[in-house]
Amino acid sequence: MPEQVVSHQDSRETLLFYAVGILFLLVVPLLNVLPAEDSWLHISDFRLNQFGKFLAFAILALGLDLIWGYCGVLSMGQGVFFGFGAYCMGMYLTLQIGKESVYGSELPDFMVWTQVKELPLFWYPFKSFMGGFLGAILVPVLFATIFGFLAFRSRIKGVYFAIITQALAFAAWLVFNRNETRLGGTNGLTDFKQLLGYRLSDPSTQRGLYLITVIALIASYLLCRWIVASRAGKVLIAIRDSESRVTFSGYTPWMFKLFVFVVAAGLAGLAGMLYVPQVGIITPAQIGVLPSLEVVIWVAVGGRGTLIGAILGAVAVNYGRSILTNYFPEAWPFILGGLFVVVVTMFPDGLVGMIRKLTDRKKTPAPLIKAEGSTAA
Amino acid sequence: MTDDNLILHCENVVMDYDGFKALNNCNFSVRYNELRVVIGPNGAGKTTLLDVICGKTRPTSGKVMFGKGTNLVGRNAEDITKLGVGRKFQAPSIYSNLSVWQNLDLSIKRASKGVFPTLMGKCSPAERARIEETLETIGLTDHAHDRAGSLSHGQKQWLEIGMVILQDPSLLLVDEPVAGMSDKETEQTGQLLTRLSEKQAIVVIEHDMDFVRQIANIVTVLAEGTVICEGTVETVQANDRVREIYLGRAKVAH
Repeated sequence: MPEQVVSHQDSRETLLFYAVGILFLLVVPLLNVLPAEDSWLHISDFRLNQFGKFLAFAILALGLDLIWGYCGVLSMGQGVFFGFGAYCMGMYLTLQIGKESVYGSELPDFMVWTQVKELPLFWYPFKSFMGGFLGAILVPVLFATIFGFLAFRSRIKGVYFAIITQALAFAAWLVFNRNETRLGGTNGLTDFKQLLGYRLSDPSTQRGLYLITVIALIASYLLCRWIVASRAGKVLIAIRDSESRVTFSGYTPWMFKLFVFVVAAGLAGLAGMLYVPQVGIITPAQIGVLPSLEVVIWVAVGGRGTLIGAILGAVAVNYGRSILTNYFPEAWPFILGGLFVVVVTMFPDGLVGMIRKLTDRKKTPAPLIKAEGSTAA
Repeated sequence: MTDDNLILHCENVVMDYDGFKALNNCNFSVRYNELRVVIGPNGAGKTTLLDVICGKTRPTSGKVMFGKGTNLVGRNAEDITKLGVGRKFQAPSIYSNLSVWQNLDLSIKRASKGVFPTLMGKCSPAERARIEETLETIGLTDHAHDRAGSLSHGQKQWLEIGMVILQDPSLLLVDEPVAGMSDKETEQTGQLLTRLSEKQAIVVIEHDMDFVRQIANIVTVLAEGTVICEGTVETVQANDRVREIYLGRAKVAH
């Protein structure tokens, strides 16, 4: 007897994942390189770079899906962890500018403006790539461990946890905005020149970064998939269904919540790290309350509780934004808000739920999820 | 009744909710391998008694001794579960979005239920066999891979009993198992509990007197937070105070 139900919905998700993986790993880069520039098939360097950004967002969304979609804990502060990752990599990139800076000083430009004479101590680890790389993962992980320990240990749940994480996002935004934080204040970190000796302005560097992002996304997906398929993944769903029962089954729910919260923070850090060299700037506006909320919308639109949904949601909403803001720049917040309301009220399982329904109709007339409370004969 | 034979001994337990004493100097003991039924009018404190034993609520005062000299008061629910007290709640409390098998697999007693052992853990052949055996016991073999939320009410109750017995409790607390069940399901549940009581002590809270007669050897009557009578079904039914409490309304009708 098989240990787990391998329902056709899982195998469909796998198929969808292969399709998305092949699309972004092979099709998109080949369409960037092979067709002539005026061909309708051609994907411009600009578009490729944009997709790289969306895929970094998809990693961020995967983390939120793990904690919200599976474990039922809504975190509205994922932007903070993303920001930690982004700033760590941003600090490394800033120090790599060196004498190429506007003022020709070894110090970052903003320090010259703000009369800082010496590099602050906490910048030193970011002189090396390893410092930036490890910092981008470890800083969010450590921070999430401490914050999560305090919050989950005190049994802060549901809407209270959501509010506290939102307050965290606001606090982080305030701190990063201050010049005294020595992270560039409102302007953030920008004007990066090179990464490990590769020029960031070079299209081939950007192509490389794109491919690294796709591979990181695939690895993140497989990690999440492994967690979700394990018994611990079932405990996460059990916590969402009936937290008190989990206690009486002998598990300690807050430890499992802390675990996924930390994994989600690590993924957010990874996403931030990949975002910065591709976008070329990181400012407090990209890590505050609103960006954290947007992640929630991506996951809701894609379909929470399915990993592929988080990826599809992140890419679809951001792609939609890039198209629609061209035509109706002022209307975008309303479109986004409207989308959220429509999805939550009419399609609680998001895009993936819709795909599931459509393919179900073709395959089998029986409903996938049986109605609750049907009585026995 | 010597103390050696007691798996559970509640001594002067008081549960005070801002002046309302849900349990008032309650003394209650259960012997090993006993099937005990607790009855009592609404608000007598039956569910509160189970809550106190399994660590869901902490009593205002009193002792709850379990097995050989372990006081359960002040321990949290996870620890009490590990010590061997299993709780089946009144409303079926299962994981609706997992399959029946997964529900049981999560519940089975394991050396460690920490995050990393759970992440790495595989189901051993012995555990698999136990789950299959339990599926047989609770009559859900054919539904092993159904979504638990799609089961009937009675099946959900059985599933939860299955989840609890997989924890190998030496004391099983069962709160109104047959509420909402058909007659046939009620009878099957009675047989299930009687069979289980060969291996472990069971405390059942019940309202349905036919069901009580089917399963009970000794009945404890609880009223206003304290034990007022204990004995066989016949003794209890013959007791004046019990009649007064239960049949008060019937008397008026005479």
